[in-house]
Amino acid sequence: MALAQLKIDTTEARLADVEVPQGAAWGNAARADAMARLRQMGLPTKRDEYWKYTDPTSLTAVAAPEAALFHNDEVPLFNAVDRVKIVFVDGVFDADASDDLTAEGVEIERLADAMDTDIHWAKDLYGVLEARGQKPVERPLAALNTALATDGVVIRVTGKASKPVNFVYLHKNTASDAVLHNLVKVEAGAEFTLLETGPAAARFSKQLEVEVAEGGTFHHVRSQGRDHERRAVTHCFARIASNSTFKSFTLTFNGVLTRNECVLEIVGDEATAHVAGVCVGDGTDFHHDDTVFITHDAVNCESRQVFKKVLRNGATGVFQGKILVKEGAQKTDGYQISQSLLLDDDSVFLAKPELEIYADDVACSHGSTSGAIDETALFYLRSRGVSHDDARNLLTLSFLAEALEEIADEGLAEELRDRLEGWLSRHR
Amino acid sequence: MTALDTVEVKEGVDQETVDAVKELSGNYKYGWETEIEMEYAPKGVNTDIVKLISSKNKEPQWMTDWRLSAFERWEKIEEPTWAMVNYPDIDFQDIYYYARPKSMEEKPKSLDDVDPKLLATYAKLGIPLKEQAILAGVEGAEDMPAEGRKVAVDAVFDSVSVGTTFQAELKKAGVIFCSISEAIENHPELVKKYLGTVVPPSDNFYATLNSAVFSDGSFVYIPPGVRCPMELSTYFRINAENTGQFERTLIIADKGSYVSYLEGCTAPKRDTAQLHAAVVEIIVEEDAEVKYSTVQNWYPGDEDGNGGIYNFVTKRADCRGDRSKVMWTQVETGSAVTWKYPSCILRGDDSQGEFYSIAIANNMQQADTGTKMVHLGKNTKSRIVSKGISAGKAQNTYRGLVSMHPKAKASRNYTQCDSLLIGDKCGAHTVPYIEVKNNSSRVEHEATTSKVDDDQLFYCRSRGMDEEEAVALVVNGFCKEVLQALPMEFAMEAQALVAISLEGSVG
Repeated sequence: MALAQLKIDTTEARLADVEVPQGAAWGNAARADAMARLRQMGLPTKRDEYWKYTDPTSLTAVAAPEAALFHNDEVPLFNAVDRVKIVFVDGVFDADASDDLTAEGVEIERLADAMDTDIHWAKDLYGVLEARGQKPVERPLAALNTALATDGVVIRVTGKASKPVNFVYLHKNTASDAVLHNLVKVEAGAEFTLLETGPAAARFSKQLEVEVAEGGTFHHVRSQGRDHERRAVTHCFARIASNSTFKSFTLTFNGVLTRNECVLEIVGDEATAHVAGVCVGDGTDFHHDDTVFITHDAVNCESRQVFKKVLRNGATGVFQGKILVKEGAQKTDGYQISQSLLLDDDSVFLAKPELEIYADDVACSHGSTSGAIDETALFYLRSRGVSHDDARNLLTLSFLAEALEEIADEGLAEELRDRLEGWLSRHR
Repeated sequence: MTALDTVEVKEGVDQETVDAVKELSGNYKYGWETEIEMEYAPKGVNTDIVKLISSKNKEPQWMTDWRLSAFERWEKIEEPTWAMVNYPDIDFQDIYYYARPKSMEEKPKSLDDVDPKLLATYAKLGIPLKEQAILAGVEGAEDMPAEGRKVAVDAVFDSVSVGTTFQAELKKAGVIFCSISEAIENHPELVKKYLGTVVPPSDNFYATLNSAVFSDGSFVYIPPGVRCPMELSTYFRINAENTGQFERTLIIADKGSYVSYLEGCTAPKRDTAQLHAAVVEIIVEEDAEVKYSTVQNWYPGDEDGNGGIYNFVTKRADCRGDRSKVMWTQVETGSAVTWKYPSCILRGDDSQGEFYSIAIANNMQQADTGTKMVHLGKNTKSRIVSKGISAGKAQNTYRGLVSMHPKAKASRNYTQCDSLLIGDKCGAHTVPYIEVKNNSSRVEHEATTSKVDDDQLFYCRSRGMDEEEAVALVVNGFCKEVLQALPMEFAMEAQALVAISLEGSVG
């Protein structure tokens, strides 16, 4: 079917003045392929079914809408964690602010260097999972990212990594428009934790492609900045092999617009994939969208999607989740829960929790609820002498607990929990 | 080679069972055809056909114009593709849009005048003799004593209503129950006031087509404060080949009234698919209640997916008044392709909508069905219970919307959808949309997909049941909630239908 004129116009306008980065080796072909994919699909418009609940206009606009800088004196997140810090300022790698890119069990390179190396493992990953992830649902903004990414890091994990790697995204320019693309390859039996923190830019397009080989373990914990005006579209594509573990958790505090797409493909037996998220939003200029698509294409695998949203003062939360169980993916255990707590009458929760199942010996369940804080529980706490605000925070945190429990590392979970508590106390 | 020859048989299932499956699938009870002389409008659809249908029904000009404007719109819009169903392109110009038995040209005055073939058709479909006599449009039969419980029937045969029973008795209660063509003739003010107000002609592709070419259907009006003295029903029979059936049902429950309405449908076995595109509109005023139950048993096609009915139906109830209530119950076992979402607009404060559904798809059947609950009024409640069963190579999708508008304060929704898969070549899908725009409302959705529980099966087997009986029992348990919501007339039928559709599907 021919593309709608609006799509063609949007796409051509966006691409009119962009410069596709040029490298010395295989990267050029990967980018050209992505550009061809993009032109075939066209950029999303709000008439697309997949964008029914989130307006992509500001993400596809030619120029990034400006975003004021946000300052606070808090200690940066994960400051006390022993980690390899890799800093990007408005989407540009900052070598001076970053740690030495070495740690035991991991090999870290900049994306541009990998792309300029004729024979490199990254060639089999860059844009490859993204291209696979375009079916059955098109993700044109991911193709745009693959075509235009200007920076990023590629990480190969060969053993048990001695410490986590932390991408720190700083926002210093009110009009920055950053496009980053990172790769992680976890080799058989290897273990790795990736941390991501910070708002990154006024408009941020970020993609992460992850390959987890047999028996590998990948943990991912991120926080997308704090009360920033930023807009972000992020994609995570992962291919998960047998007996391996993939766990990703995202915490979002405010931000004007966030669309986090997570596309996982379980291709080996006995694998585990968990995706979880907490978002807290305050105000009509908060719109948060979690879009998850998990494909089960192997036997005896488990997947979990746990998403919790706390919304107030006209904030909007979106969840589009899907479990696809392919023919033959027997003994699949799929779980999906999306819940929202609406703290006032103006906030909005929009959800589309889907199942698509082609195997008979599976157990898939999904639940979705939305409602206000439980008045009975609130009354009970009040009768025990807890102040109204404290009681509400307590109940809100307990509502979020199931998602926070998805973080394997208790120290990291505790730190995020503290930040949440602080945020809730400030936004009353 | 049939579809079942290619299905890999799981260990533990013996060849005998597989043979039984082969015999049983395609065992559609209502697949025979009545040989009867018909008159057709020329094939295809255009403004002349629309005018012809209108003139056959002796319609006033406003109705003809209404149809023509719908047709004009239909020509400009495209068939929707979002449903999870695949079927070859429909050639809308290769269908007869109007077919009626020649004997129906003049309305029969007595039993002797009714074409015996029509009588035999309804006898064979299991409609009681007494009703059958009345069904065939016999005037005066209403005075005969009714056997057992009364159910008034409007029988639609291809494009026309053959007759409506108990009209006189209903009239005494003030209830109007007749074919929609008669209603347009005799109660134009009611039709004009309500037609298209729930499902406007612009609603969707098939509803627009229906608005242009609907040939007949049923009309119900329950006056204020009246509890309809008997259940009303419409039985749709497609008989003619290459003919589409486009019926329109309009039910109006005025303030404080109550009616329970049943709908049944069957069609002969044919190698080519046939189109059925109906529109049902229900208006529920203050304190009124409507129960609408369907047992949909259109011919599902053979096991290779040849033939069958394409069932593209728009059904919607508008709970306009405060404290109004509507309840949809459907048992879907037939049709090659189903595209159907009986919906409730909960406009009045404290209004309620309920949707109970069992959809069974076997062989190559595809069903994409569910409901929409649109909460607009304060303190409105809705409940959705949907059970989907897939067997053979069938695909069964639940698609639904629950929407809480900002003004629908303190409203409540509970949704439960379960899917059951029998065999590893079928599919079960759930596509719910949940939109909550206020915080005093509560929305809960849960869905599970599982196979027939081995422990439960083992228990039944250990009690001496054979495997098929055991599966039928477990599945019936799974569907009990919905079956209980069916009116008594359908409960037995529904139980039997569940067993039939699942026979031989173990593994």
